[in-house]
Amino acid sequence: MALSHEFQALTKSFSGFGVDEKSMISILGKWHQDDRKSYRKGCPQFFTQDDRLFEKWDDRHVAFLKHEFLRLKNAVVLWTMHPWERDARLMKEALVKGPQAYAVIIEVASTRSSEQLLGARRAYHSLFDHSIEEDVAYHINDSCRKLLVGLVSSYRYEGPKVNEEIAKSEAKTLFAAIKNADKKNPIEDEEVVRILTTRSKPHLKAIFKHYKEINGKNIDEDLDDELSLDETMQCLCTPQTYFSKVLGAAFQNDADEHAKEALTRVIVTRADDDMKEIKEEYQKKYGVSLSKKIEDAVNGNYKDFLLTLIARGE
Amino acid sequence: MRLDMHMSCVAAGSSGPALFLCHPVISCGVIQFSKILRVKMQNETVKRMATLSVTEDCEQLRKAFAGWGTNEGLIISILAHRNAAQIKSIRQTYAQTYGEDLLKDLNKELSNDFERVVLLWTLDPAERDAFLANEATKRWTSSNQVLVEIACTRTSQQLLLAKQAYHARFKRSLEEDVAYHTSGDFRKLLVPLVGTYRYEGEEVNMTLAKSEAKILHEKISEKAYNHEDVIRILATRSKAQINATLNHYKNEFGNDINKDLKTDPKDEFLAILRATVKCLTRPEKYFEKVLRLAINKRGTDEGALTRVVTTRAEIDMKIIKEEYHKRNSVTLDHAIGKDTTGDYEKMLLALIGHGDA
Repeated sequence: MALSHEFQALTKSFSGFGVDEKSMISILGKWHQDDRKSYRKGCPQFFTQDDRLFEKWDDRHVAFLKHEFLRLKNAVVLWTMHPWERDARLMKEALVKGPQAYAVIIEVASTRSSEQLLGARRAYHSLFDHSIEEDVAYHINDSCRKLLVGLVSSYRYEGPKVNEEIAKSEAKTLFAAIKNADKKNPIEDEEVVRILTTRSKPHLKAIFKHYKEINGKNIDEDLDDELSLDETMQCLCTPQTYFSKVLGAAFQNDADEHAKEALTRVIVTRADDDMKEIKEEYQKKYGVSLSKKIEDAVNGNYKDFLLTLIARGE
Repeated sequence: MRLDMHMSCVAAGSSGPALFLCHPVISCGVIQFSKILRVKMQNETVKRMATLSVTEDCEQLRKAFAGWGTNEGLIISILAHRNAAQIKSIRQTYAQTYGEDLLKDLNKELSNDFERVVLLWTLDPAERDAFLANEATKRWTSSNQVLVEIACTRTSQQLLLAKQAYHARFKRSLEEDVAYHTSGDFRKLLVPLVGTYRYEGEEVNMTLAKSEAKILHEKISEKAYNHEDVIRILATRSKAQINATLNHYKNEFGNDINKDLKTDPKDEFLAILRATVKCLTRPEKYFEKVLRLAINKRGTDEGALTRVVTTRAEIDMKIIKEEYHKRNSVTLDHAIGKDTTGDYEKMLLALIGHGDA
């Protein structure tokens, strides 16, 4: 006879991030027909009593489970992939998914180094027989098109040299464009797009600094309403802030599949790069370590895989 | 026109960023080597032969600078008959042997048009494109054409190497300089053109070709020449796809797209659009025209002449010469001979004969 704590454990293993394989095997595997029937009857969030006298799995929950079972597989495949193929596929997927996913294109195009982005563009040629810029230009028709085409086409100078005078003047240009937002959407402002899509990252960091001096606020605070611009600026200048924010959103109770997928994406794509800084930023922002959060919120082999990835190099 | 080159990373033979990435294998270079082999000694290995001849070249060049004046003939006879890879070896060996940069010495000794052609020729193709592009961003609108030329007639790989050379030399990206120094419609077109990394496969989507030909025709009929879609198509599609689209344009609508883009001969933006189309689809015809206009112009446009000769000598000069002969009934050699003089003329003629050696 199944015990109520077993019910609870099994339900937990079917909820949240990933699935708890061990519990499923040790509990569910040993239950007889009657135990399973009791479970179905006692679990109205997963099973509904059908008119034809059987307990039916909730369709949406089965679909949910499909995602959860796949998390480990997706993480493993993505992790093993060449980073160029990985980035090319992530961008293609985002393009196909539509406007809700365009932030991923911004993320990949802005947080990678010039050589990494170039590699991704090469891989894109091989995988999809088009250039990334032609596909982005063709499929995106809204106001963020210019910004996104510019971002995926960028091949930024990577040296430290910065012209402070120009950085100062460009900070003023951005400030003016933001103030003028009610008359013209900054994301379509030629100068804003030029600065964000062609200037080097050190130059943009200098702009960030000058902006704060002129205005008293950080540029990403002022850009709060312009989501894409705000994210772009963060990805370019303070990627750890952006990534820890995305991770935080993945753990929210009402996070949708798109937000949850980001957990795999961020950890797999950053584990070799700036995971240390992201962990520090996460701790600062949420008051709990990323490892602890994953330990609490994620299940099974997927959890173990993620913890292993983020613990490397410690 | 002084060319102030900072080539210390080349001189030191270090693997500085980007300048040493793959050079195209030049078949005429192999022919030059075998000529030297045949003429000089028989039973040496090719490798030793190559080292010997590079050392000799350096000695001869050094001699050309010695004493009063310069032996320009000697400079031409060496440099004009070496390909990019050989010139690179010469520069490295010269720096190792004499502790000085060959380019600096050339700069000191030569002047004006001759200097410019020798210096441009001595630069690595990627550095040359980077130099020309940077020069073009600093000038007025007539130089937008040079940017179009570089962005559209080079292969994706050549353009990439040029951009890497640009980073190394100017400590900025080509895109940021082009964006900063252009505005309005020109910026809208030029920034995507230099930023693109075109797919180079031969696959063509005929349905897309038809629909994009239709879009182009529509926008051109509405005189919306700077429309986003016109720019998108020209700046991002592969060359094969663009060719298919423009062929369809002609089949469906009767005219070559460039004919329809000629509505206002004084409109500079239209001129740049036409140049873009031509560079992408018929570069040899584009270059023939640039040469013809440079030569026929009162006083000759040496800048354009030098640029086309030095940038195409190792690429498609043979085809350009054929086009020139077809269009002008005289050979390019003849036209250059009539229109230029002295060492400048000699160097140009040696370079355009380069591929035939």
